[in-house]
Amino acid sequence: MSDQPQTVTAPGAAGHLLERARWAARAYASYSASDVERIVRAVADVAHAHAEKYAEWAVRETGFGVVEHKVRKNQACSRGIVDAYAGDDFVTPRVRIDDKIVEVPRPAGVVLALTPSTNPVATVFFKVILALLTRNAVVVSPHPMAKECCHDAARLLARAAVEAGAPDGIVQSIAEPTIPLVEALMGDARTNVILATGGTGVVRAAYSSGNPAIGVGPGNVPVLVDATADVRAAARRIVESKAFDNSVLCTNESVLIAEEAVADQLVREMERAGAAMLSADDAQRLRDSMFPQGRLDVDVVGKDAAWIAQRAGIRVGPRTKVLVAPFDTAVPEEPLTHEKLSPVLGLIRVPDASTGIATARAIIRIAGAGHSAAIHSADPGTVMRYAAEVPVLRVSVNVGNSTGGSGLDTNLAPTMTIGTGFVGRSALGENLQPKHLVNWTRIAYNSDPAEAMPAYAGLSPWPDHHAPVPAYPVPSNDERAPRSHTPAHVDALVDRIGARAGAGGVSAGDAAFREQVRRLVVEELSHLIKG
Amino acid sequence: MHDYDAFSFDSKAEMLEKSAHYWNPDKTRFWSDSGIDLVIDRREGYLLWDMDGRRLIDVHLNGGTYNLGHRNPEVVAAVKKAMDRFDVGNHHFPSLGRTALAEALVESAPAGLTKVAYASGGGEAIDIALKSARHAMQKRKIVSIVKAYHGHTGLAVATGDDRFAKLFLADRPEEFPQVPFNDLDAMEQALRGRDVAAVIMETIPATYGFPLPDPGYLEAVKALCERYDALYIADEVQTGLMRTGELWGITKHGIEPDILVSGKGLSGGIYPIAAVLLSERAGAWLHEDGFGHISTFGGAELGCVAALTTLEITQRPEVRSMVHYIADRVGTGLREVQAQYPDWFVGIRQNGVVLGLEFAHPEGAKYVMRQLYELGVWAIFSTLDPRVLQYKPGILMTPDLVEELLDRTALAIGRAAADPALSRRRAS
Ligand SMILES: Cc1ncc(COP(=O)(O)O)c(C=O)c1O
Repeated sequence: MSDQPQTVTAPGAAGHLLERARWAARAYASYSASDVERIVRAVADVAHAHAEKYAEWAVRETGFGVVEHKVRKNQACSRGIVDAYAGDDFVTPRVRIDDKIVEVPRPAGVVLALTPSTNPVATVFFKVILALLTRNAVVVSPHPMAKECCHDAARLLARAAVEAGAPDGIVQSIAEPTIPLVEALMGDARTNVILATGGTGVVRAAYSSGNPAIGVGPGNVPVLVDATADVRAAARRIVESKAFDNSVLCTNESVLIAEEAVADQLVREMERAGAAMLSADDAQRLRDSMFPQGRLDVDVVGKDAAWIAQRAGIRVGPRTKVLVAPFDTAVPEEPLTHEKLSPVLGLIRVPDASTGIATARAIIRIAGAGHSAAIHSADPGTVMRYAAEVPVLRVSVNVGNSTGGSGLDTNLAPTMTIGTGFVGRSALGENLQPKHLVNWTRIAYNSDPAEAMPAYAGLSPWPDHHAPVPAYPVPSNDERAPRSHTPAHVDALVDRIGARAGAGGVSAGDAAFREQVRRLVVEELSHLIKG
Repeated sequence: MHDYDAFSFDSKAEMLEKSAHYWNPDKTRFWSDSGIDLVIDRREGYLLWDMDGRRLIDVHLNGGTYNLGHRNPEVVAAVKKAMDRFDVGNHHFPSLGRTALAEALVESAPAGLTKVAYASGGGEAIDIALKSARHAMQKRKIVSIVKAYHGHTGLAVATGDDRFAKLFLADRPEEFPQVPFNDLDAMEQALRGRDVAAVIMETIPATYGFPLPDPGYLEAVKALCERYDALYIADEVQTGLMRTGELWGITKHGIEPDILVSGKGLSGGIYPIAAVLLSERAGAWLHEDGFGHISTFGGAELGCVAALTTLEITQRPEVRSMVHYIADRVGTGLREVQAQYPDWFVGIRQNGVVLGLEFAHPEGAKYVMRQLYELGVWAIFSTLDPRVLQYKPGILMTPDLVEELLDRTALAIGRAAADPALSRRRAS
């Protein structure tokens, strides 16, 4: 009854959530490729159809971001994800004839998906669909600030999955997430993998849980605009990216590093695109307001530029989308070098590209290791040096980084979870994608050419599923109940009796009648055996 | 030396000797003679350990008493906490625990049941049910099923098998007529005189080996009760609490009983308690003379806490889903075994995780029980039909334990089929 309100609060009840998920995962791991395709498609469609509803709800509940941009993310994380992996099959065994290896997919099992407050429903959609693509069960543990929209969305997807034939309990979520509850879920041996997207605390807790975990570190994206860049295009892209969902994606640009030769032009073009360039005094007001005691005040997260400016006592034009605050030393005690998660961009000027690269390294030393950097440049040599020297795992080029690093406007894997790799204290170095949720059992033949590998093509251990899983427990004497295979001699007897009775006007094909006869025959036989 | 803090025994042999000497010689001997040398020591979840340290998977569960497993940690924690504040309570007064549990039970129950009376065990609860019916209907007769089992207290024992009633000269056939199960004509005959206060029915007769009611049978009995002005008492002591995949088995038949009795599992296996749920009509005495049934321990407040916790756990949607998975997996697994030994393992009676396994020998279940015991599974034969093995997996069983259970069961059924003693007796 996935549509019943769930009020899991006690750790004991959370255990039952995982236990149910385990049954569901066990069942789903035997589903066929066509089953999975049908289920994923149904879930993505329903998610896509509700993209607006949940975009509005998420903004209302969290106060973060921009509805129209969340709509785009919700769409990208529903049908978008399914389309992106349309050609991929995580279900059918793969035959590598030349290597004499056959790979049989083995899903993770129960995926515990922690979702953040900043990209709440998009991440729910994303992780649920990833799990379903790879035949896993998923338990969504939403950030408390976004629990209502996330829980509702997860239940919607759960219903759609089950209606499309997925096992009962394949998608579950927690209505009232609390720290002890989430810790209990993370540490429970029934959780097979934790997908932790959120603050550093949650990610470290996931890695400390003792369970396999994929957690990712925070971003703090430097963007370098060098003298070879198309400055106008760069300006427009950066402003749009900063305005996108009020910069709540962890891939949004944090610090703009401008080569002196083009810096003035860049600022002018950015102002034209909707940015407000702050004076040194206003930049200080902004620091005081946004970083009391040097730490980011989370109240600004996902708010729009006008709101942030007003709170800081800065006058800006009504159409301002982004605040640009200049600073001149890239050192940790400069608040503007830190992650902002709001449409505020630090700006530092550098004499040349090499200094720009060194500055980007300094920014990443402060925060954001392994995450993302962006560059606007026409010089592949500079891009290469930038990528080699700045310790991040994705460098997007000539594109806004909110949607660039997350793969919405590049050909990186579209994602809501950005692996920060070893340098960023993560087990994952790529954008999270379906393949990370499935292992493969490898059947490996003797490499001696004398030992041939027989044909495996077309062999699949997974049957198609057409009935609800699990079956409703009707009593075994109900005509809908499944039957065991009766021995051939009993069936033959039933046929003979049926045929004779049929001559007397009773339909021999009548199932209930056949069953009655079958039972009589078995009873008779057992009396005979008993003597 | 086996030290249990409050007491100790030198050895299992010494313990068994004293058991026979001080406690129950016949019962002690019965199990020794049956080849079951079990003295339950440690217990946890669905596992038991004999005094010798042997591990057994428990699919007897004392008829569902350990539905949530032995020493369920949530029930244990709730009762431990309650002990800092509560005790048995004083049954003469309005009581916190009794009231809270009554409300929860009424909310959980089929429509029409509005009051709760408490007992300390199932038999006493059945007695309350029968007394309530007699009072409400002002008639004496109670119709029950041949081979029914409703407990061994004063009135309950008279509704059951002769063997137990006659032993204590407690059989009263004129007041307690019995009819065969699944026989509607006999039922109608019994009710036709309109002198029957109530029909009492186990939703699936447990001790008789869980023969399933024919489709429509219970519904028709309920209709006959209405026609001939008798109450319908649903004994859900073994079929309640999610064992059929719904909280109360009777709701799967769409029946709204006049009285529903719950016991065993309601205790969480931790603190004895049983309850009778009554309609306004059946519970009329509660308005007239509330002291009509008095029981010091009935509804003891610690038991109420155990029961409230049990009810909460049992009603979780996750748990209902798990029961359906377990029932599905166990059913499928057993049908596979049956296909291997169709002439020996002749029937699977299943409703949820209530199962009776039928074997083609008058005492077949005893053979399988012994083989299972050797293989680390504890399941008990049906006292009133030893062809049938009672097989009652817990509602919180894990997938791995279910698979292990099925593996062991397949082996045991196979070994029993090949038991030379059995084939000798089969041939004779
Ligand atoms: C169906 C049923 N009703 C009633 C009882 C009596 O319960 P108790 O033993 O707690 O008195 C039992 C006990 O086995 C039973 O199985």
